[in-house]
Amino acid sequence: MAHAQAELHSLSRADVWAGFRQLTPISLFVVVFGLAFGLAATQAGLNDYSILLMSALVFAGASQFASLELWGTHVPVVPLVVTVFAVNARHLLMGATLYPYLQHLPPAKRYAVMLVVSDANWAMSMQAFSLGRPGLGILFGGGLALWTFWVLGTWLGLYFGSAIHDPVSWGLDMVMGCFLLAMVVGGKKDLRMSVIWIVAGGASMLAYWYLPANSHVVVGALAGGLLGALWMEKPT
Amino acid sequence: MTLETAGSGTLIVILVMAVVTLATRWGGVFAMSFVPISRRTEQFISAMSGSVLVALLTPMAVNGDNGARLAFLATAVTMLLLKKPLPAIAAGIIAVALFRHLA
Repeated sequence: MAHAQAELHSLSRADVWAGFRQLTPISLFVVVFGLAFGLAATQAGLNDYSILLMSALVFAGASQFASLELWGTHVPVVPLVVTVFAVNARHLLMGATLYPYLQHLPPAKRYAVMLVVSDANWAMSMQAFSLGRPGLGILFGGGLALWTFWVLGTWLGLYFGSAIHDPVSWGLDMVMGCFLLAMVVGGKKDLRMSVIWIVAGGASMLAYWYLPANSHVVVGALAGGLLGALWMEKPT
Repeated sequence: MTLETAGSGTLIVILVMAVVTLATRWGGVFAMSFVPISRRTEQFISAMSGSVLVALLTPMAVNGDNGARLAFLATAVTMLLLKKPLPAIAAGIIAVALFRHLA
């Protein structure tokens, strides 16, 4: 048993490289999402250097798209922090589910691996663990692959973004909205989630009309989150 | 409080986003090394992750033009049918581009 545990959390150079290659096919889709982000960020008025820096340092697509909605000559700090935190809060759950495997690593390695945690490499490494296979190579190597292609895609998007003259008539102002909506619809759907979304949307709209500018994101996120904490899923 | 996006302001905004995101990547592992995350906290976090997106999107749909609403409709329907985000986003953009060129 101790032996099997040791193998599950092995993280050699070969494991990382194998993980990189395993996530490369999926990463081609990441290039397209990166391209869409580069395009949307150009429309929002960010300069090329900032857009690339954001993709490289933040490396979390949905939150980057969401931040564009708050972008202008001034960016409101509290709504920005809450939005980025709320969109990325699922990373907290990923970290918690990975902890049983990561706890065998020295802390420096543990937190280095977590730098590149994202939806796809997390899901694939958890799948590997559930099959009794080592998954940390997929997590770290795969994460490096996703990061590389995300930045590459963003860079490609900058060129498309500046080449199109009338972006609104081509619907490019909707890239961000459609991306975020696809994320919402692709998530878990049941009666509980639907009610949570309706409450979040309703609270957001009320805040949008009656509360200070940009508070709607915070209000909607908290309303949905609190309802979720009160009305918990039945344990499986 | 707001940050100006002229000059170094943009850099600060990006660094703030990077630090917050890093906190979410490290926080779960860090917290678990002291005490396991409770079920209620987990339910709060997972409900909040979807809700924040809905909270962003609702005003866009309410205040947007019919092209924007059509884009959302096309994206949602395609996503429900195919369960793949890329075709769903493409359908939304094609719908709004057609609408704005024809209308």
